[in-house]
Amino acid sequence: MSIREFAESGADLELVGIQKRFPGFTAIEELDLTIPAGSFFALLGPSGCGKTTTLRLVAGLEEPTAGRILIGGKDVTDTKAHQRPVNTVFQSYALFPHMSIIDNVSFGLKRRRIGDAEAKAHEALKLVELDHLAQRRPAQLSGGQQQRVALARAIVNRPALLLLDEPLGALDLKLRRQMQLELKTIQEEVGLTFLHVTHDQEEAMTMADTVAVMNKGAIEQMGAPEELYELPRTAFVANFLGKSNLFTGDVVGTTDTAMTVDAGGHRITVPTARSQRHQGLVTVGVRPEKVTLHAEQPEEVAGRNLLGPGRVIDVSFAGVSTEYIVAVPGVGTISVFAQNMTFGPVAHEGSEVWLSWDVEHGFGLSDEPDESSRFPADADTQSIAVQRREALITELEGS
Amino acid sequence: MSGEVQAAAVLGGLTESEELEDRRGPQRPRRRRIGLGDWLLPVYVTLAFIFLLIPIAYTFVFSFNDSLKSNIAWRGFTFDKWLNVCNVEGGAVCEAFGNSIVIGLVSTVVATTLGTMIAIALVRYRFRARSSISLLLFLPMATPEVVLGAGLAAQFLAVGVPKDMLTIILAHTMFCISFVVVTVKARVASLDPALEEAGRDLYGSPRQVFWRVTFPLLTPGIMAAALLSFALSFDDFIITNFNSGSVTTFPKYIYISASRGIPAEANVIASAVFIVALAIVVIAQVSRAARAKRLAAEMG
Repeated sequence: MSIREFAESGADLELVGIQKRFPGFTAIEELDLTIPAGSFFALLGPSGCGKTTTLRLVAGLEEPTAGRILIGGKDVTDTKAHQRPVNTVFQSYALFPHMSIIDNVSFGLKRRRIGDAEAKAHEALKLVELDHLAQRRPAQLSGGQQQRVALARAIVNRPALLLLDEPLGALDLKLRRQMQLELKTIQEEVGLTFLHVTHDQEEAMTMADTVAVMNKGAIEQMGAPEELYELPRTAFVANFLGKSNLFTGDVVGTTDTAMTVDAGGHRITVPTARSQRHQGLVTVGVRPEKVTLHAEQPEEVAGRNLLGPGRVIDVSFAGVSTEYIVAVPGVGTISVFAQNMTFGPVAHEGSEVWLSWDVEHGFGLSDEPDESSRFPADADTQSIAVQRREALITELEGS
Repeated sequence: MSGEVQAAAVLGGLTESEELEDRRGPQRPRRRRIGLGDWLLPVYVTLAFIFLLIPIAYTFVFSFNDSLKSNIAWRGFTFDKWLNVCNVEGGAVCEAFGNSIVIGLVSTVVATTLGTMIAIALVRYRFRARSSISLLLFLPMATPEVVLGAGLAAQFLAVGVPKDMLTIILAHTMFCISFVVVTVKARVASLDPALEEAGRDLYGSPRQVFWRVTFPLLTPGIMAAALLSFALSFDDFIITNFNSGSVTTFPKYIYISASRGIPAEANVIASAVFIVALAIVVIAQVSRAARAKRLAAEMG
């Protein structure tokens, strides 16, 4: 596709065997990825996981050490950034401070010598409802307005592929929600292929139709948001997307339908089909909102896991729901989210409780159990990300 | 703001000004002890300014002196020196001044161009010997000018280059480059690389990105560097004296004529330069203030 013409629709993006090494470290180990035309694809991961590098490779701002990049079936690996039918909304917006808004937005069109650049730029500004500010300078706009200008400046070119590099990171919560909605609407309206890079799991899940969770330069798991959330395959995914209660133990029995694990003397059953590994030491888990809290010992029911008795060690009330942290001897602490169906919490700190959940809601992970300890369940991903970033920076500066 | 309020009060007549009076509260006679700081600081500031401005004032005043050969004693007021500045001593003052302007302009253009390119390379690219080059560029600033000038003169002599305008321009370009690099480097370093990436991403070829994004954003730094270069070149005596041969620049002319009494024409040119520089500063400040006001009005 020539950059002189508008893309009629989104294009497929294919990354084949991509590897990217920087002096001193490897940002992307080995990456194969296909993003179908017209989809809203999110690359989700902590800082330093290689997601921004991936995006820069696609934009042509970095060159891969190995591998090919194909856009709409055409190999663009050896072309420069300005020759690719791709536009980026930068994390810092990167609006040209010395140009008016309208000059910013028409910049790409003018470089491609597309006729009626000004009129098209005004149209794009109307789409983001900022046409009345066309003559201003970027510094005279608020953060949210600048973000919308950056978006208009990219989509006015009708790229086959639009790259979004955490463009909502700098906005406050309310503005973010609004922009998320706007982005989604624009994507549906113009039918482009969106590749969205973010570390915000909620943003990825609400906006994208496919999410790929990236960690340490490789994709850990990819799929629809519900699928990723309900059936995580690794401990990293289980904890990066929402919270998970994880239990590690030996498999003590497997049938065609169910697999039972002995975790610290407690038997936990998960469906065989929902587990990645079926023998030896395995890690199984369940989401906190799937767990029910019982004040009295319930009867054992087939098809339900029962744990207890345990002691409530923390209750945090969050309005719509309450999170209980329950210590169960042998398996550690378990987190439970309960909807506040009645007034106030149903259990208090120190009270004795039992926990149960549907066997069907459990999942088994593929991690080697000793590996899973690299992300302890209570370590916040944000702090892991910060640590990794600092490690990278020291590495970079040292080289 | 308070000025507007008072103006409004005046326009509004007596009642409003009375209101203002009321708001200020009853006038109480206030007794204050006058401390040491209250008079020491103004006196000190005044003395400092007198100290700084006396040579300039002297130069300016004596440019109107109806002097004969030397311009030391006041002999009466005249505009003659200003009107006939180029007619004395066969126009020697004006020739020297013209030489200085030409040398200043040429070395500024060359040094600014080269220095800007060096600064961009040093900040944006990683290459072998990058830090040694940074250090070497610093040397001309740290080396005493006498040494620099003498060394350069020796080199020209060894190579057999006759000393004229060209050798002065080469010498000035050399030391100006260091100052340009230092000034522009700071500007390049503060430039967000994402802006240039955005230019590339928006179909700008490397050349277009440079001229439409990088260069306009570096312009303030480049302008500052050019002004600095010109000032340094125009002003330089020591290095020039070693490498000028028979060519006379303005500082050299003044130095030579100082032994037999500087003619008032030199004062005229010095005063003119001072006035032009002052005018540029004032115009820049006023236009900046006007722009800030306009921006604020648009924002409001």
